[in-house]
Amino acid sequence: MTPPATASLTSDARDALATAGFSRREFLTRSGALIVTFSAAGVVSNLGLGPGLASAQGINGSPGTALDSWIAIAADGRVTAYTGKCEFGQGLFTAQTQLIAEELSVPLDRVRLIQCDTALTPDQGTTSGAQSHPANFNTTNLALAGATAREALVRLASIRLGVPVDQLSTKDGIVSAASDPAKSVSYGDLVGGRKFDVGLDANAKRKHPSTWTVLGTPVKRLDIPALATGRFEFVHNVRVPGMLHGRVVRPPSVGASLVSVDESSVRDMPGLVKVVVRNNFVGVVAEKPWQAIQAAAGLKATWSAGSGLPAQSTFHDRMRQSPSRDAFTVNSGDVDEQLAAAAQLVRATYLYPYQMHASIGSACAVADVRGESVTLWSATQAVHPLRNTTARLLGIPPAGVRVVFKMGPGCYGVNGADTVSYDAALMSQSVGRPVRVQLARQDEMAWENYGLAYVVDQRVALDATGTIVAWDYEGWSPSRGGRPGGNTPGNVVTGFLAGFEPQPFTPRTPAPPPERGFDNGSNTAPSYVTGCVGQECGGCGVVKSERVLNHTVESPLFTGPLRSPARLQNTFAHECFMDEIAARLEADPVEYRLRHLRDSRLRNVLAAAAKTAGWDSRPSPRAVAGRAGVATGRGVACVLYEGDNGYCANVTELEVDQDTGVITVKRCVVAMDSGPISNPDGIRNQVEGGTLQGVSRTLLEEVTWDAERVTSVDWRSYRPLYLGAVVPIVESVLINQTDVPAMGAGETAVTVVAAAIGNALFDATGVRLREIPFTPERVKTALARR
Amino acid sequence: MSVFTLTVNGRTHSVDVDPSTPLLYVLSDDLELRGAKFGCGLAQCGSCTVNIKGQAVRSCVTAVGSLDGSEITTLEGLGSPEAPHAIQQAFIDEQAMQCGFCINGVIMTAKALIDGTPNPTDAEIRQAMATVLCRCAAHQRIFQAIRRYAQSNPTGRTA
Repeated sequence: MTPPATASLTSDARDALATAGFSRREFLTRSGALIVTFSAAGVVSNLGLGPGLASAQGINGSPGTALDSWIAIAADGRVTAYTGKCEFGQGLFTAQTQLIAEELSVPLDRVRLIQCDTALTPDQGTTSGAQSHPANFNTTNLALAGATAREALVRLASIRLGVPVDQLSTKDGIVSAASDPAKSVSYGDLVGGRKFDVGLDANAKRKHPSTWTVLGTPVKRLDIPALATGRFEFVHNVRVPGMLHGRVVRPPSVGASLVSVDESSVRDMPGLVKVVVRNNFVGVVAEKPWQAIQAAAGLKATWSAGSGLPAQSTFHDRMRQSPSRDAFTVNSGDVDEQLAAAAQLVRATYLYPYQMHASIGSACAVADVRGESVTLWSATQAVHPLRNTTARLLGIPPAGVRVVFKMGPGCYGVNGADTVSYDAALMSQSVGRPVRVQLARQDEMAWENYGLAYVVDQRVALDATGTIVAWDYEGWSPSRGGRPGGNTPGNVVTGFLAGFEPQPFTPRTPAPPPERGFDNGSNTAPSYVTGCVGQECGGCGVVKSERVLNHTVESPLFTGPLRSPARLQNTFAHECFMDEIAARLEADPVEYRLRHLRDSRLRNVLAAAAKTAGWDSRPSPRAVAGRAGVATGRGVACVLYEGDNGYCANVTELEVDQDTGVITVKRCVVAMDSGPISNPDGIRNQVEGGTLQGVSRTLLEEVTWDAERVTSVDWRSYRPLYLGAVVPIVESVLINQTDVPAMGAGETAVTVVAAAIGNALFDATGVRLREIPFTPERVKTALARR
Repeated sequence: MSVFTLTVNGRTHSVDVDPSTPLLYVLSDDLELRGAKFGCGLAQCGSCTVNIKGQAVRSCVTAVGSLDGSEITTLEGLGSPEAPHAIQQAFIDEQAMQCGFCINGVIMTAKALIDGTPNPTDAEIRQAMATVLCRCAAHQRIFQAIRRYAQSNPTGRTA
């Protein structure tokens, strides 16, 4: 096993720092002045301090004062904490508030958390990849800041009270002597309003989960009362004095270039302020939103023909023929030999479509660009990287750009939040006033960074006893653009239209050997292999002969991370294939998995899900009663997310109407082990939502296109699971492991749903579907071929 | 442009807008209310729902010029964080949301249903919610919250 990701920065954050041109150390020295903002961070923006100014104050003389950039304590004892991991509906704001309350021994309502603001908060890169718990809830960053602060306060109290440190305890923001409670001092008296002036102490001891009283409990979300009563300020609700409204005009087809814009076509439109053109970017700015919408609709623009799109019906096959960038996750070198010598060879191919984030609210941002001074209110996952790419886009230094996170609709990855931030910035720069932009539904859906389509070829060699002795995976997936990171605004559509190229695609064949040990971050390797690279074996399984080869090909459409990116697609292929092998051998699917798993935590979640579900141990398919009417089945799937970031198993029960092809999922039992649980109700909410979103993606969702453009551009043409649908009961089985590091929990449950449904469908009918989504037409066609 | 008088959550407002302007823009821009939200502009998701004469109305496709002066109730008009309406309290108690962007449409649609049909069956709830979208897929908790409110509301509350 590779250790869980507990490095102080995520890879995204490291990339962002590298491309931003300054180091983390420089950030910390520059940001020592956060103390001036304690308990009143709003003051900074209210005072109109320019971006960078707030963090520039008091730099001198406080090198290495890392703690002060995470935590400040006011004279009245209130605690302000600063985090670079933000709330997107996953409950992280509340969980991080619990964390600080716990580590500092203060009541929850005395903690104020400031999240994701380039002028105020540590640069933690991107809030993504289920990395917030690994980064902030273990022994680094926010958690370490809490522990360091508490120990620092106890040391100060020891001096003040003349009591040894080991005889002091903390409660409700007061340090007191065990022997004499009268000897006590409050945090406010110890440090209130002043800096700690200490660095994060890597040896500071966190409280053990067995002693937690706030963290680990089902604290209700702090933001829900405001959300439920319409008081919550989404980025959509940001209003700035003098603010105008922009609307984009996207090209009519993929690859089309702007030939001309007839500004006279909208000159008489009421409220029109300006038509903004930059390269192929076109937008209109008006006094009111409805005026902007009407002007955008009325604007006459002439575009060249598009570059055309490849036929959707043959797209998966086309990927196999395309130039590719190849990479091995693992290659033991003996797979061909083992396959040739196999007692039995099993093979199958799995197909996955492009899908979209399709956030419920179309993306919105507000930008106020005044020369080289910019404030950008954005629902981005990446405030610091966005600061840099926005500066590039606008041709100004990043120092003058402040990005302030405001929550948007659930994003599930790189949705339209970054691109609309660029839209607003470009239009604001052009008119010199603040501009709010909210995308049209169609403009967002037609130009998203879609989740990856995939082709996976699987082969295994079985020995005479039916044990897997070799596993051969070969996958193809498309790529274009993605997260803009620190310097690639062309990775999303607005940056591209404005003249920036996406990250270049460089074919590379053959694949070099794995470079950095066994990295299963995209779950390209199944759980059942040993994952041996060099001397180290990081896989969960026992199959020693292993080859995992991935081909990235150029995508005609923009792509980007969508909740469980590539992990879901690969897990669909692995876990369905494992079921196919078990069925071939007439083995029980749970038992057959356990035979090939050595990782005890993965075995445990699998066993726990099976036990709670009352798993009916037998081979699949069940004896089919009839070929018409309703058939029922159960299926299982499991994963160690990203190879090191959360264990999950799902047992799904479903019904399929064999006459209509309609699948109705009835029950999902989901067992999760992501280490110590910060908030059991929060994790349940993630399990329930992730699972149902997985049902939606499995049964319903697919990006469609014609020869010119994407055609799934609204909720009729891209139809997820509506609230009226009959949905399964999701039962969470939470395994709270308190002596291991915290792992992510937001992307784990969605990862196993498609395979569990595919396996349950096979169990019910004996029919194996290998292409997502499992539409009624696909089910009926497959049933007719039985 | 024309001047319209709207009564929203018991307060009267005059706005000077193009009669074709959808009510949503008047609520969120002119009146700076935060409950009703733009999700699609196509009446396909429910995020913009308000209640007029006991009906759930999609404000993104309702022109201001088509309104007859009836009182408009938005999510803010039901209750506040300090004093939530019973249906809002049910959603708080059940923690029945994730990002919360859809929840305006969910609550306003469910309230209109239960105002008219005090003890709805599951099928009636499903029918009413059939055109409301929650992309975080908090379906399970949302249904629990709606049932919780319905059960606490035996006589058909209209407040």
